[in-house]
Amino acid sequence: MYTRNAAVYIAGVGIVSAIGNNTSACLHALENNEAGIGPITSLNTIHKNILPVAEVKLSNKELSTLTGLPEQVSRTALLATLAANEAWKDAGVKKKNLRIGFVSANSVGGMDNSEIFFADFLNNPKNGKLCQVVNHECGAVTELVADKLGIKTFITTISTACSSGANSIFFAARLIKHNLLDVVVAGGVDALTKFTLNGFNTLQILDKEPCTPFDENRKGLNLGEGAGYLVLVSEQLAMGMKDKLYGRLSGYSNANDAHHQTASSPDGAGSFLAMKGALELSGLQPKDISYINLHGTGTYNNDISEGTAIQRLFEPHYPKMSSTKSFTGHTLGASGGIEAVFSALSVKNNFIYPNLRLHTPIQSLPFVPETVFQKDGTVNHVLSNSFGFGGNCSSLIFSKL
Amino acid sequence: MKVYIRATGNISPQKTFGHPPLLQQMVVQEGNRMRCTEPDYSAFIDVKMIRRMSRIIKMGVASAMECLQEAGVTNPEAIVTGTAYGCLEDTGIFLKKMVLQNEEMLTPTAFIQSTHNTIGAQIALLLQCHGYNNTFVHRGFSFESALLDAMMLLEESNAANVLVGAVDEITDISHAILSRFGLYKKDNIINADLFKISSRGSIAGEGAAFFLLNHQPAESNYAVLDGLYTFYKPAGINEIEEEIASFLSSQSCTGNDIDLIIIGKNGDQTGDAVYQQLAETVFKSIPAIPYKHLCGEYPTSTAFATWLAASVVRSGSLPAVLNILVPKQIKRVLIYNHYQNIHHSLLLVSAC
Repeated sequence: MYTRNAAVYIAGVGIVSAIGNNTSACLHALENNEAGIGPITSLNTIHKNILPVAEVKLSNKELSTLTGLPEQVSRTALLATLAANEAWKDAGVKKKNLRIGFVSANSVGGMDNSEIFFADFLNNPKNGKLCQVVNHECGAVTELVADKLGIKTFITTISTACSSGANSIFFAARLIKHNLLDVVVAGGVDALTKFTLNGFNTLQILDKEPCTPFDENRKGLNLGEGAGYLVLVSEQLAMGMKDKLYGRLSGYSNANDAHHQTASSPDGAGSFLAMKGALELSGLQPKDISYINLHGTGTYNNDISEGTAIQRLFEPHYPKMSSTKSFTGHTLGASGGIEAVFSALSVKNNFIYPNLRLHTPIQSLPFVPETVFQKDGTVNHVLSNSFGFGGNCSSLIFSKL
Repeated sequence: MKVYIRATGNISPQKTFGHPPLLQQMVVQEGNRMRCTEPDYSAFIDVKMIRRMSRIIKMGVASAMECLQEAGVTNPEAIVTGTAYGCLEDTGIFLKKMVLQNEEMLTPTAFIQSTHNTIGAQIALLLQCHGYNNTFVHRGFSFESALLDAMMLLEESNAANVLVGAVDEITDISHAILSRFGLYKKDNIINADLFKISSRGSIAGEGAAFFLLNHQPAESNYAVLDGLYTFYKPAGINEIEEEIASFLSSQSCTGNDIDLIIIGKNGDQTGDAVYQQLAETVFKSIPAIPYKHLCGEYPTSTAFATWLAASVVRSGSLPAVLNILVPKQIKRVLIYNHYQNIHHSLLLVSAC
């Protein structure tokens, strides 16, 4: 039974990213302009000292100690478990008699280990440790986390490139509205891998300096890693936990750009439709949005396409905007999850995050992203954008209680 | 509101593409790896595009196009795809070059086609479909999650026509690695004899099957999709029996209302024990047929089973290759599959 107007609330949040190992550390970094972008230390790659990345400052061994998972399971699962656990504990939901789900997202599963396996396997198909490839599948990573959290009723994984995390939150909310589940832990994760680093490098969209989203002279993105999860709860469950709630997930939409496998259309057809659809579902007007957490990767193509779509939809009422990828790098499958946590914190605490390293705003766009952390205004509704390869575009709207 | 399966498109190891008469002859393949019987793609995809596409993309796109063609729908409101392994061939190509060329002189094509959402994206691109587009990648639940999403979209009335399907490929690399995990039989075997040898492992399979779902009653509809349920890592046979009984009761039916069960038996002695035990209890005296000797074992094989169930209820009877006689007209089919005893799924399909 589906109830279109049923509200879905955010009762818990958890993050690990290059700017912090938990939510409060990430907030501290956002408030103090501390980006997490620097030289590669973990990957054994020829791009070391050339391409900067946004690494989580924890080794697999440290992550293993923090999560209780074996060190070799895949960094992806370790990162996801840390953040999902934080979100679960933050919500403090008692499991008894509840239908609980875990909807996660990632783009390359356990590739961090698979690529090590593969080098040995290529020498001889009998070589390579099977434990390094047993968790290769995207879904295998999700199951390691779900088993650790003790969630069994419903588990699934979404992979739509860079919009994966947003789509998992979106799908989770619908499972609640269809009265299939009471609580869902939802978000996304990705670990840095040589596979993605080299892949993005072939596309020539990686900046050799810390990225400058929405700058006229932007040169590309920096890859990052991390995980971000929300605990979404039904209206009924939310009634008993008023003080704990961060806000409401009031809108969401998914559209396809249908333009090119990796590039965005010049007018941002897909992003326009995603933002418009999310506004329609939430019943809000463009002028009601207080802040947009931009997809803002820092590539030439994304930022002009996203900016053009915003111009088409919001003219003349431009909300405040920024790309927090200037702090965390582009965490791919995790970005929708991490930025959803930032957005939930924003509606709860009236935070506006800065867009770092903005020197010359894009001249053809009629707005300028925020460059200073703010907490004195009122933030009622936040729009969070996640756009990906394959034209997959998703937008989420978070609203104040 | 009823969810109808209006059209299908299926590329499998059997001759299923182009809607020939249902399984007139079994395609027999030797060894522990079944390959899809692939069509001439040029009738469905631009020749220039075919050259760039890997096998899984071609299979996915062509089965989706065939499905839409049968439905007479040019632009569905939503495209939902399931794939457990994603685009393995392109992933393998990029990894191999990355290792052998020591990360130098790499080209982007294989990388950009390696992402799991490539098939859904390519379909959207070809159709210029700006609607909802999602890809589920959860092992033995990938197709089931996609189907759930599609059914939810229809209920939300956000879409009148939803294209939903699942695609998985087996490559030389994945077959070599999965063989080392003991997933496939070491005996000399042909698919037709899959259930004659009781040993460890199954035979690898692959396939691409798409469905067009909507609420519109029509003469030409295949079937009604009554319900879908999945459960994860059951503690034992008792829990499996309870879950099945509770699904049937949620669909207001009992074993007596089921004319046929399509079961996911795959020739692996440990996994098949589950089906044998259920045949004594919840599935007792209901005619049952396996399907994995037709398509092999892979995480999204339930898409093949759904195609089979839909085709069978439309015709009312089983094709002779399935080798069992069902006394009455087949109006209601239950699909029950477990993937490695981790992912269990139930699907109920009825005649219109």
